[in-house]
Amino acid sequence: MTQKFRAVIVEDEELARGVLRELLAAHAEVEIVGECANGFEAVKHVPELKPDILFLDIQMPKLDGFEVLELLSNKEEMAVIFVTAYNEHALRAFEVHAVDYLLKPFADARFAEALERAKQRVGKKQAAPAAELAAASRPQGQYAERIAVKDGVRVHIIPVAKLEFAEAEDDYVSLASDGKKYLKQGTISNLEASLDPKDFLRIHRSYLVRLECVAKLEPLSKDSHVATLHSGARLPVSKSGYAKLKAVLEPEK
Amino acid sequence: MHPILGNLRRLALYLLAWIPLTVLVSGLLTYTGGMNWVSALTMSVPLCLVYAFDCLGAWYLCKAMPTERSAFVRFLTTHLVAAIVNSAVWVLMAKGLADLLATVSLTFSGLDQQVKHVYPMLFTTGFLLYLLAVALYYVMLSQLQSQQAEQREAKANLLARDSELKALKAQVNPHFLFNSLNSISALTSVDAKRAREMCILLADFLRSTLGLGEKTAIPINEELQLVRAFLAVEKVRFGHRLIVQEYVDPQALEFVVPPLLLQPLVENAVNHGVSNLVEGGWIKLEIKHIGNELSLLVENNFDRESPSRPGTGTGLKNVRQRIEARYGPRATLVLDNAGDIFRVEISLPAEKAAA
Repeated sequence: MTQKFRAVIVEDEELARGVLRELLAAHAEVEIVGECANGFEAVKHVPELKPDILFLDIQMPKLDGFEVLELLSNKEEMAVIFVTAYNEHALRAFEVHAVDYLLKPFADARFAEALERAKQRVGKKQAAPAAELAAASRPQGQYAERIAVKDGVRVHIIPVAKLEFAEAEDDYVSLASDGKKYLKQGTISNLEASLDPKDFLRIHRSYLVRLECVAKLEPLSKDSHVATLHSGARLPVSKSGYAKLKAVLEPEK
Repeated sequence: MHPILGNLRRLALYLLAWIPLTVLVSGLLTYTGGMNWVSALTMSVPLCLVYAFDCLGAWYLCKAMPTERSAFVRFLTTHLVAAIVNSAVWVLMAKGLADLLATVSLTFSGLDQQVKHVYPMLFTTGFLLYLLAVALYYVMLSQLQSQQAEQREAKANLLARDSELKALKAQVNPHFLFNSLNSISALTSVDAKRAREMCILLADFLRSTLGLGEKTAIPINEELQLVRAFLAVEKVRFGHRLIVQEYVDPQALEFVVPPLLLQPLVENAVNHGVSNLVEGGWIKLEIKHIGNELSLLVENNFDRESPSRPGTGTGLKNVRQRIEARYGPRATLVLDNAGDIFRVEISLPAEKAAA
């Protein structure tokens, strides 16, 4: 009995979807269970479609391929093949443990090779570590400019410029922006690593704050302080956080 | 920066030139005032030294009143008044010095009387010397200006060549090629006829970009053909998602523009506009001839929340540099990305091809 594979195509160009559809038609063991024309659709439908193999374009409207992958909750259950015209993303693609990286336009043989690799990967769970995924979702050497957050089936894009502070909550990070809070899967340390340290400071084991949002710093007890933000929010500051904050706010002392 | 005070060698030369002037003033003092040479030199050396530095100050006045930008009457009165005031002060200094010398030492007794005879001579000499200094500074100023103009021109030339090189390199964005080739490869089995059409469109576009790097200007019509070929290729790729509106003033077509001026802007409009828009996007292209100017407008809608794409800004920067190098302040490039519409408006002097 031959195994059947479920495949989903995430690609914004109709013609490019056509190529994949046509090439997959030659492989009877693979069934296309869905097609998504942009990142939002992918984040919404891929978890329900439960594909074994995901063909993922990188340059797409709304969310790029890396952001889509970061937001997929069931990403460890599928083999990902990136499909793109840009070779500069190749390194990042392998950092997130993609099975293969197809450069458009590609030959039938090259496609078959990628598919073969993907089929062998199916069933062997191999999740990309979250930190690497988050790091790969932005170009190398750059800090994140936006953070994609999934809220049920909806996706919010938070511009980093509007991020006020972040708070660790178990397996999640709560992001405060524009008076609202958004929950994102991940650790506060990973978030911290993706942001420009000139703008954000870890003031507490569980808190990361945008420096220019801090309005006031007051002692709370012998070892701790509390920071009041311009928005009125009050965040605890640990002993080491206080030292760091003081060094930045009053550099000459 | 003062051209003489700011340079020790020049200052030494300048003071050296004052030595014969000092001798001349001494001669005039003995001749008109009947002073002996000792008195005359004792008077003229400090007086000329002070006046030499006083005349240096005229530079700032000259710099503040460049010949080409000052009203003639105001220009004349300013310098005449300055000359009168300076020479009058000089005469007063001579009087003070003579009075002082006469009271301090017997050698100079009577000097306070003798000096009265030299006032008109001193005043005239001071007046003329001051104006001479003013003339000298204007010569220096014009020299400085022509030097600066040369430097500016050299820099513009350098920039023009530099951007030409960049334009050559940027002629065809490789990703545009890869994406087009991918579209062709997709069409071959589904719609062979359209695949062939797209090959032809792509060939048209590539052919029209060939050799453009060597030209400094091409008729707008040619640039427009290039842009149309480019958009035709992209239309195959994006299908109904891409809408192009074109408003071209036929009168504008006879004028020339630097090659590849509109194409990078239209390419940006595709890459940052329609390719990030799920529902599709539009590009508006407008070419108008108004008075002595050409107005070129590229407008597109875009999604503010989309991830930024590689290569952002280089095409635009390149266009800006090239028109700046070629037209200087006669051309403007205005960007506007309010709301969800990105708009680039270029205004150039309307020039026809050299016969």
